[in-house]
Amino acid sequence: MRRLLRRGPLENLAALLIGLGVVMLMQPYSLWLYGWSFAVILTGTIMFVLVSHFPD
Amino acid sequence: MRIGPPAARVGRQVPLAGAGPARPALAGRLRARGLSDPLLAWLFIGPTILLLLAINIFPLLWTIWLSFTNYRANRPNETVEWVGLRNYQRILTSEDIWHTLQVTAHFVCWSIFFQVVIGLGLALLINRQFKGSGFWTTLILLPMMLSPAVVGTFWTYLFQPQAGIFNYIVNFFIGAGDFTMIGDVRLAPWAIVLVDTWMWAPYVMLICLAGLRSIPDYIYEAAEVDRAGPVRTFFSITLPMVLPFLMLAVLFRAIENFKMFDLVVELTSGGPGSTTEVASINLKREAFEKWRTGFSSAFAIILFVTVFGAANIYVKLLNRVKAR
Repeated sequence: MRRLLRRGPLENLAALLIGLGVVMLMQPYSLWLYGWSFAVILTGTIMFVLVSHFPD
Repeated sequence: MRIGPPAARVGRQVPLAGAGPARPALAGRLRARGLSDPLLAWLFIGPTILLLLAINIFPLLWTIWLSFTNYRANRPNETVEWVGLRNYQRILTSEDIWHTLQVTAHFVCWSIFFQVVIGLGLALLINRQFKGSGFWTTLILLPMMLSPAVVGTFWTYLFQPQAGIFNYIVNFFIGAGDFTMIGDVRLAPWAIVLVDTWMWAPYVMLICLAGLRSIPDYIYEAAEVDRAGPVRTFFSITLPMVLPFLMLAVLFRAIENFKMFDLVVELTSGGPGSTTEVASINLKREAFEKWRTGFSSAFAIILFVTVFGAANIYVKLLNRVKAR
């Protein structure tokens, strides 16, 4: 469990989610992607704030 | 004889000649009255925390609450209903708001791209210390010292379809005769990019110049000894050492441009049609023209979370670059 809850990989995953969400929010191709963008950004941001308190 | 460092440099208090015994500092006097260190700390930071809570945290929490209601600021006596996620659902299915976010993305990406290229180029030029470089630095920095409202009005005159000198010059060179920058749906988004770049490239230049001046000369001397060419020197020394400064400039500009309002309102007011209607203009229309306060609060929260999340990963990236 402790091996899974490491800061580095989870922080990278959260950053990836935020980046993906921002791209989804501003892309001009799919309204469906735009619709889900905020949920992805919010998940990534909350995850980022939480995992930044985990040990390295 | 051993020469020690001056007393002031090692942190000791040096009494002034002729002055009486120094008065103990405020913290010392309060401690003498029996106040503990943690209490003293709270006493000093308390007013700042209260101010932060009053002007930052409370409005944020209130906006979050409003985003779940149908509140209208122009009808304060009406009953406020809890609508759950309906405001968010409407925003995230609205093609108009989706369009304003695409306009914002176009504006943010291109203006930052040009500002970085021009700002870094200018910094490299100014760093060469030629005759009159101080004068040119001041001249280049002038646009960023102006108010966005002034810049917007000034460029509106330049872009005037009939009398604007910008259109006249472009018409003179391309011979089109009917060239207009802010009246054309294809060119208007580029007009706001152009003006923002004109105004803020000097800011990026200034930050890059600070980075360039912090590179020690001996690194360039070592590169010269190793017979590194100018291109190799730029990519192996200059760019990596300026990169943290450049990234910081990009972060500041990206946040600022994401919520850009005044310059665009002065220049185009979001037109022609809605081709330059960035997110903040749409937000202002929803909040203060249509008076849909709950809806606009939800939109503001979406923008806030986006900027907050993007700034978080950017700072993480910046720290990684600095550590390298």
